[in-house]
Amino acid sequence: MKAWVTQHVRGLRAALARFAGTPFGSLFNILVIGFALALPFGFYIALDGLQTFALHGLDSSGPQLSVFMALDASRDDVTKIEQHLRQQQHVDKFHLVPRDQALQELKRSSGLADVVDSLPQNPLPDAFVVSANDRSPAVLEALRDEIQAWPHVAHVQLDSAWAQRLDALLRIGRFAAALLAILFAIVLAAVTFNTIRLQILTQRDEITVAKLIGATDAFMRRPLLYFGTLLGLASGAAAWLLVTGGILLFNRELGSMTPVAITSFRLGYPGSGPSMALFAMAATLGWLGAWLAASRNIALLEAEPK
Amino acid sequence: MISFSHVSKHYLGGREALKDVSFVLDAGEMAFVTGHSGAGKTTLLKLLAAIERPTAGSIIVNGQNIGALKLRAVPFLRRNFGLVFQDHKLLFDRTAFDNVALPLEIAGYSGNDIAKRVRAALDKVGLLQQERAMPVALSGGEQQRLCIARAIVHRPAILLADEPTGNLDADYAASIGELFRSFNQVGVTVVIATHDQTLRAQLNPRVIALKQGGIAS
Repeated sequence: MKAWVTQHVRGLRAALARFAGTPFGSLFNILVIGFALALPFGFYIALDGLQTFALHGLDSSGPQLSVFMALDASRDDVTKIEQHLRQQQHVDKFHLVPRDQALQELKRSSGLADVVDSLPQNPLPDAFVVSANDRSPAVLEALRDEIQAWPHVAHVQLDSAWAQRLDALLRIGRFAAALLAILFAIVLAAVTFNTIRLQILTQRDEITVAKLIGATDAFMRRPLLYFGTLLGLASGAAAWLLVTGGILLFNRELGSMTPVAITSFRLGYPGSGPSMALFAMAATLGWLGAWLAASRNIALLEAEPK
Repeated sequence: MISFSHVSKHYLGGREALKDVSFVLDAGEMAFVTGHSGAGKTTLLKLLAAIERPTAGSIIVNGQNIGALKLRAVPFLRRNFGLVFQDHKLLFDRTAFDNVALPLEIAGYSGNDIAKRVRAALDKVGLLQQERAMPVALSGGEQQRLCIARAIVHRPAILLADEPTGNLDADYAASIGELFRSFNQVGVTVVIATHDQTLRAQLNPRVIALKQGGIAS
């Protein structure tokens, strides 16, 4: 156990020494991979910001459902629906628009007072205006379908077209971000692979001699794996800084433009979840590239054929 | 400790480096493998250290059949050996101390242990004052002694040397001969491939003479 720790500390130290030994080469490597990671990560964070804005910032009232009762619904029926609505978990708030009040409003606003007065009876039903506490189209549609099925409900109207369209757009955006992420993940692994391969070539003598005096492949691989992992982590950090810096500039620019409609719009900074995911992915890919390079190339350096 | 029985080694292209070689070395013996260039001395050492595998026959070291050894087990076999190379195979990017420390790092010794053992080994070969020196700053004889220090630092049971005095003048060669004798006296099995007659006269070892790949009678 102690020997195991010692071996790992040595591997880590050797990897750090290699970074220190080639500061400029390492820095540029980190920048290349950092930029490659910053693209999909930034894209993802921007989409996240857009979605948050679209769902919570666009208008304060959010999506509403209009629930129209049947014309023959009694007071009791309306009260029952009120109770149902109160128990529904996705309903944020609602208010009743009684048919008489609706008629008064129609009279006032349309200038059709005479026409309305001449009607033999009130043609308008009791209605509820319901605000949902969830804005995802799936939930809204389910809510509409549920309310529709309640007794004495004639019709439920949901204006969710905009939500659906936005959702579809965001989904395409997220798909593109995932595609980019996969592409640049391959770039990261490939760059690490190549870096480690070159390192193995320059350390040819060391590896050959170490093998001759009893080094296992794992011993030779260890510092390289640490190097790859650290390279990945550093690149992840570079990408994080690039994206965060970019958002900072973007938000400052938005603030100075002060357009009336979108003053409330700000891109959010990367949260801890996506940030951890970025670091974990970068480290894993760096490790993977190093592992591929080390496994291949160390095995090729079988003890000197003279 | 070491036994060769009917060992042959063919290289691709048909060259037969060793033909039906058999001998047994006891623990603590010192043996010279002699013969002209191309007689198979180096091949014999390489087979011993599992750098190459025999085409036929079996080689037993410490009860392990080297020909049948799994690739994974080879590093652990090699830790039984101290290897001294004619061209030293020192690493020129690190100090004398770090060169000698390598086998101990590989075996997972702690830092304190390493420092103690490395200094003891450097002292043994008379290079303690040069522990901070880079190998390029050392003379040929010193480089060879450094190589020997690296070979014995982990106290191997068997010391294998390929032409250890090949490039050295007589004085240096004699001091290195004495080193081998002192290791042998504390029980290390020593196998030296050489055609250095002076060294042979100095140490008076058992001789395994090779001629065109076979044991010369």
